[in-house]
Amino acid sequence: MPNLNDILILLPELYLVVAACLLLLLDAFMKAEQRPLLHWLSIAVLLVGVYLVVEGQPSQAVTAFNGMFVRDGVAEILKVFALVSTALVFVYAKPYLIDRKLFLGEFYTLTIFAVIGIMVLVSAGNLITVYLGLELLTLSSYALVALNRDSRLSSEAAIKYFVLGALASGMLLYGMSMVYGATGTLSLAQLHGAALQTTMPHLLVFGLIFMIVGIGFKLGAAPFHMWIPDVYQGSPTAVTIFIGSAPKLAAFGMAYRLLDSGLGELSQHWQLMLACLAVLSLAIGNLVAIVQTNLKRLLAYSTISHMGYLLLGLVNAGPEGYAAALFYAISYALMGTAAFGIILALARAGFECEEIDDLKGLNQRSPWAAFLMMLVMFSLAGVPPLFGFFAKLLVLQAAVHAGFMWLAIVGAVFAIIGLYYYLRVVKVMYFDKPVEGTEIRLQSDVSVRLVLSLNVLALLVLGLSWGPLFGWCQRVFVG
Amino acid sequence: MFNHLLSLLIWLPIVGAIPVLLAGSGRPNSARWIALLVAIATFVLSICLLPQFNAADGAKQLAESHVWIASLGVHYGLAVDGISVALILLTTFVGILVIVGAWEVIQTNPHQYMAAMLVLEGLMIGVFCATDALLFYVFFEAMLIPMFILIGVWGGPRRVYATMKFFIYTFFGSIFMLVGLIYLYLKAGSFDLATLAALPLSMKEQSWLFFAFLIAFAVKVPMVPVHTWLPDAHVEAPTGGSVVLAAVMLKIGGYGFLRFSLPIVPDASEAYAWLVIGLSLLAVVYIGYIALVQEDMKKLVAYSSVAHMGFVTLGIFIAFMLVRGANNLDAAKLGMQGAMVQMISHGFVSGAMFSCIGVLYDRMHTRQIKDYGGVINVMPWFGFFYVLFAMANSGLPGTSGFVGEFQVVLASFQANPWIAFFAAFTLIIGAAYTLYMVKRVLWGDITNPHVAEMKDINGREVFVLSAFAAAVLVLGIWPQPLIHLMDASVTQLVTQLGNHKI
Repeated sequence: MPNLNDILILLPELYLVVAACLLLLLDAFMKAEQRPLLHWLSIAVLLVGVYLVVEGQPSQAVTAFNGMFVRDGVAEILKVFALVSTALVFVYAKPYLIDRKLFLGEFYTLTIFAVIGIMVLVSAGNLITVYLGLELLTLSSYALVALNRDSRLSSEAAIKYFVLGALASGMLLYGMSMVYGATGTLSLAQLHGAALQTTMPHLLVFGLIFMIVGIGFKLGAAPFHMWIPDVYQGSPTAVTIFIGSAPKLAAFGMAYRLLDSGLGELSQHWQLMLACLAVLSLAIGNLVAIVQTNLKRLLAYSTISHMGYLLLGLVNAGPEGYAAALFYAISYALMGTAAFGIILALARAGFECEEIDDLKGLNQRSPWAAFLMMLVMFSLAGVPPLFGFFAKLLVLQAAVHAGFMWLAIVGAVFAIIGLYYYLRVVKVMYFDKPVEGTEIRLQSDVSVRLVLSLNVLALLVLGLSWGPLFGWCQRVFVG
Repeated sequence: MFNHLLSLLIWLPIVGAIPVLLAGSGRPNSARWIALLVAIATFVLSICLLPQFNAADGAKQLAESHVWIASLGVHYGLAVDGISVALILLTTFVGILVIVGAWEVIQTNPHQYMAAMLVLEGLMIGVFCATDALLFYVFFEAMLIPMFILIGVWGGPRRVYATMKFFIYTFFGSIFMLVGLIYLYLKAGSFDLATLAALPLSMKEQSWLFFAFLIAFAVKVPMVPVHTWLPDAHVEAPTGGSVVLAAVMLKIGGYGFLRFSLPIVPDASEAYAWLVIGLSLLAVVYIGYIALVQEDMKKLVAYSSVAHMGFVTLGIFIAFMLVRGANNLDAAKLGMQGAMVQMISHGFVSGAMFSCIGVLYDRMHTRQIKDYGGVINVMPWFGFFYVLFAMANSGLPGTSGFVGEFQVVLASFQANPWIAFFAAFTLIIGAAYTLYMVKRVLWGDITNPHVAEMKDINGREVFVLSAFAAAVLVLGIWPQPLIHLMDASVTQLVTQLGNHKI
């Protein structure tokens, strides 16, 4: 029987489950015109979740349910940023959903369930918990992608996502079963000790490879990236923004749990595998992004390349590298929400604002939107003094420190290539003339404007003073 | 307040850009006036540096240091020596002139133009003050953003190509420096430039780092063969963009050599000095010939900039040959000093040349030399200034262009007369391409009817050009104050060149 202590450790997750169910009930008995209330309630639910995560954080790492669930610093920071970025998603999504008649309770409850999945996943202390969290996240995401049932593109994306996602989950499970076969344990903590004593090292490494395939799929690292562009483009932008932000934190958490907490002793095996994934992601992400004309697709390929950089940090396989990768994941979550947030804020009924050319002459129509987008683009490209630069700096440093100088140079070269397509977006906004007869401006919703501006300016402020955040990232991996 | 003079100098223009932006497109005149006030205030502040600064001391002064990122030991560290002070003064001086120069010329979104200029100015001052390599890098790279916008929005017909090329080229150069800096940081545990200068490094490490630095600064200077972005950027940039680019941004490349290559990797710098000297001579001679055949005035001056900056890199690296080879400290100092004077002088001369071309362009909207001819008949005052700057560009004694070049040639003669021989070529080629341009633009009969309608320069233009003219003449006739300002710092740099790391 679970004792009270276990329940307390799990409190934020339990609270969110109850809150999500209540929201679902409320939605069922609510009139359509009252739905804005649901919107604000959902945001409040997430923010209270942040409070519970931070407030109840024990000073030492604790486990619940016989080690199935771990609550430590890593879990805390990932949960905080997952909840915050999801709250941002809710703010940005509202006008878009209203304009497209998608302003439904399902969007909110499904997203909250996905967030619960993220929280379980990053707190996993057991292979089974990893799988449970992952499935809760992905199943909710499949449904979200298909939210716009009348759109063929959206349905196609959902099917593609579902089939590939199921395949990846299968791979992951298969890998887990091999690891179990080789070591006789599912607990990550015990796995860590048992990995070197196994009598079947080959089976263990095979299991590792399959698990890396699963991780690669969740991160969207090449060559397991095929779903990313279609899903990003096909989903309603309000869903894309979610898939592009918080789940990246989850993928980092999953990689950390499986590779370090579980199979940290095998790091010499997986370091090189991750290095290969990183190079491929950098190459495919950056090169293919150059030829994109659709902004959402461009950002999808940019995500792939960013996951390559995140992997540079993981390749280090030490606290320093994890801190850098975590910092990168957080920076990407903030940049991703900002970038898609601007697209959402520029879209309106009948106009998706998803082609790069839709931004033509934005500086003349809406200088503030253009300025914000410019900051996001330069941050994504890694130009100082913006946040993205320092994230890149730290992962490059982690790679160099681990002796992967060549990998850092590859990362540097692809940063130059990547620069081109980000500059192209700035070029379209600033240097081109607006197309006659079109109109493009920011949503008039005050909360969207305000939060979006704060989100983007945070990229600048965090760029000028990233010490405290990085200090936090470092602390959670010490000891 | 004066403990934070350097910070104030950096942040005043950057923060000052905010009210300029807020003034908005609705009130372009208030944006202009605020921008001018901010620029003047920055200039006045930079003048305040002089009494605070002890020129007899070669060490870094007015230091400020705050912990920036505690966990990495990165500092927000600022300090200046004589060379930095001179370059900061150049920056703030040019800062005012470009704002005045753009007054009526920039009609679309003047507030954005002025704000970008001010941000750029603050960042350039930051580069000259930073004593922490990471901080230097941040300023060095951040500079690209406002310049990218300046060229891309207010530039000529091929501005998009030019500005993309400019950004990607420079980014390409500096990212390798970043990897080098990361390597150094992991070795030394600090980004502090003084710590890095004291760090022992093997020859192999030094060589790799040398090339990482070389590629970053060679692109910026620019040196042959990575100079090709410059003519494009200059031709397409608006006048103010060209002026800042030539007058200050190129100097940052030369300055980078002084702060990074020389102290951190001295042995590799010595070993590859022949390479840099060879490329510099190539710039002086070969690029000089290329300038001779240009049809576009801006392109001509751009190529002439490459040639003149060749003198800067030549002066810096010839000092190595003199110190390490012959232990001739005096000659080395002469070379280094010449390089520094040349940096400042070229700042004034090239800025002035681009301003002159801007004056012509505003009237005729063409930069082709063949479209002009006989301009002196309608614009005598303009002709006066144009000829003066042309003389300075060709290095006529009495103008600032002469001083630095002469010092560098003198120093290189003591290293190797052949180097001096090729370097002295510039006196002929430089005069040839500049005067040939003057001949085709100013003299002769008016062939183009549009030329006949041109009005002479107005008060605003007179102000800009006479400010440049005063600087060029004062520096040419009485360079002593500038040399005195930098003397102790140059001596210290030259002494440092003798330190071996292996």
